[in-house]
Amino acid sequence: MSDFLQLLGLPFMQRAILAAVFTGLAAPAVGTYLVQRRLALMGDGIGHVAVTGVALGLLTGASPTWTAVLVAVLGAVVIEGIRTRGHANGDVALALLFYGGLAGGVLITGLAGQSGARLQEYLFGSITTIAVGDVWITMGLAGVVLVVCLGLAPQLFAVAQDQEFAQVAGLRVRLYNLAVAVLAAVSVTVAMRTVGLLLVSALMVVPVATAQQVTRSFRTTIGAAMLLGTVASVGGLLVSAYASFHARVAPGPTIVLLALGGFLVAWPTGVWLRSRRRMREPFPVVAAVAHQTTDDHPHEHGADCGHPAVPHGDHLDYVHDGHRHAVHGRHYDEH
Amino acid sequence: MLTDPVRSDPVVVELTDGAVAIAGRPILRHVDIAVRAGEFVALMGANGSGKSTLVRALTGLRPLATGNLRLFGTPVADFRDWRRIGFVPQRGGATSGVPASVWEVVASGRLTHRRLLRPLSRVDRAVVADALEVVGLAGRARDGVSTLSGGQQQRVLIARALAGEPELFFLDEPTAGVDLPNQQALADTLRTLSGRGATIVLVAHELGPMAPLIDRAVVMRDGMVAYDGPPLASEQVATAHLDVHGHGHHHADDHLDHGDPMRHDHAPQVSSPFEGER
Repeated sequence: MSDFLQLLGLPFMQRAILAAVFTGLAAPAVGTYLVQRRLALMGDGIGHVAVTGVALGLLTGASPTWTAVLVAVLGAVVIEGIRTRGHANGDVALALLFYGGLAGGVLITGLAGQSGARLQEYLFGSITTIAVGDVWITMGLAGVVLVVCLGLAPQLFAVAQDQEFAQVAGLRVRLYNLAVAVLAAVSVTVAMRTVGLLLVSALMVVPVATAQQVTRSFRTTIGAAMLLGTVASVGGLLVSAYASFHARVAPGPTIVLLALGGFLVAWPTGVWLRSRRRMREPFPVVAAVAHQTTDDHPHEHGADCGHPAVPHGDHLDYVHDGHRHAVHGRHYDEH
Repeated sequence: MLTDPVRSDPVVVELTDGAVAIAGRPILRHVDIAVRAGEFVALMGANGSGKSTLVRALTGLRPLATGNLRLFGTPVADFRDWRRIGFVPQRGGATSGVPASVWEVVASGRLTHRRLLRPLSRVDRAVVADALEVVGLAGRARDGVSTLSGGQQQRVLIARALAGEPELFFLDEPTAGVDLPNQQALADTLRTLSGRGATIVLVAHELGPMAPLIDRAVVMRDGMVAYDGPPLASEQVATAHLDVHGHGHHHADDHLDHGDPMRHDHAPQVSSPFEGER
C-alpha cells in the first residue's frame, strides 16, 4: 500500500491523474449531445480519422497531438457534411472515411519508419507517459470543450432535440451542428492519450448510456455522465496503477472496462425503475361497462398484500394474474 | 372564430406563385396563399397532396424553387423576427436519444427570447409554466417526455411553440394518430390561442373536434390549391374527399368554386405507427 501511495506522489502519476480528470469531464459532455442526436458512433469515426493525423505528425516530426486535432476536426467537418447532404447512404460514406483514416494512419506510420508500438500509444492510450506540455494542452482543450458544451447548452439541446423546430426558431442550425462535430473532434484528441483513439468513443458514450438508465431530465443526464466519466477515468487509472505491482495492466482498457462495469450495474436498475413506473401508471377513468364482481376471492387485498395497487379514478385497483380487482363493499369488483 | 378576421387585417403570411421541388421533382406548383392576422386556416388534403410541404415552405424549412414568400410583410430571406412564429412539427420530435423532461423541452421554445449565455429569467419561467398550464400538462413538468403518451407528447410540442409567445402558429398534423380525449384537449388549447388573437395555420388530415374552430379551409390536391374558402359545410364534407371510395355520403356539389376538392387521391387513411397506448 505504501508503494502505491508513493507511486501516486510521482510527477508522472500526478500528470496522468490531471489528464484523466479533464478527459473524464469533457468526453461525456460532448458525448451527451452525440447520443441525443443518435450519433453515438461518431466519436468512433473521428477517432479512426485521427489516426491518420497522428501518423502525419510522426512522419513530419510535428507534434502528433496537434496534427491529430487538425485532421480530426477536418474529418468531423467532412462527416457532418456527408450527414447533412447525403441522404440515403450516409452511413456507408462514413464507414469509408473511417477505414480510410485507420488504414492511412497505419500506412503512413510505416512510411515514417516508426514502429507499431509508437502508434499503439495513441491507439490504446498511454496516459502515464504524458508529458508536461501535453497535460497543458489536454487541460486547455478540455476546458474549451466544457465551456462550450455547458455555456451553449440551451442552444445545443434545442438543435439536437428537434432540428426543424430550432431552425424555425431562428437558430443557425448548421453552425451548431458544426460546433458539435468540432467539439467531438477536439475531445477525441483530448482523450487520445488517456484511453486511446480506438477506445475514445467509449468514454464519450458509455457514461451517458449509464446515466440515462436512471435519469429523467437532460440536465441530470449530462451532469451524471460527466461525474461517471470522471470516476471511471480516474478510478481506472488508479486501479491499473495499483494492479501494476502484480501484473501489466494498461490504464486505457481498465478505464473503459470500469465504465462498462458501471453500465452493467445501472442497467438492471433502469429496467426495474421503468417497469415499476409502468406498473404504477393510473388506469384511465372511463364509464364502467357493467358491475362485474369477482368469483369467490379468498385473498384479502391491502397495503401490504404484495399486489401492485394502481390508482383508478377515486380508488385503487389491485393487479394480479391479468385482473384488476377493486374493493366494493364486502366483495371485489372486476375493473 | 372567437375574433372574426376582417379583410383589413394585415397579411401575416403571403406566398405568391410558389413552387417547391424536391430532388428536381416539382412537388408544389403555382401556389398562392395569403393568411391574415387572426385567421384560423386548415390546410387539408389527402396523403401526398403537398399540404405538409406547403407548411414547410411557409416556415422557410423548404426553399422555394420559384415564387415569393413574405412573413409579416418581409421577404423570407430578410426575415429575422422568428420569435413571432411558432412551429409545431409532425410528431416524432418530442423524444431523442437522451432523456429530457417535459419542462426542458418546453423551455427550449423560449430560446427565441433568450440571449446567448443568459440564464432563464423569471418572466421566461412564468411563460413556460403558463404554456404547460394551457396544454394541461403542468402536473407532468418533471416527468421524462418519453413516458408520455403520443397525444401528450404532441401537447408538449405545442407548449414548446407557445413558450416563444408567437403571433403566428404553424401546426403540422397535430392530431394524427392522437386519441379522442387528447384531440379534444388539443382543440381546447387551439381555441384558447385563437381567442388570444393568434393566427393559426393547421395541417390536418381530419379536423375532428377542431372543426368548429376553423375560419377557412384550403384543400390541396396534387401539389396545387384545389379549394380555398369558407370551412366546408360539415365534418362529412371536410373529410369526405379524404375517405376511401365507397362511402355513400358525397356532398360533392356544395363547394366547387375552384375545381373539385371531392375527387380524391386514392389514399387509404393510415394512422400513425406511434399511435396507441404505451
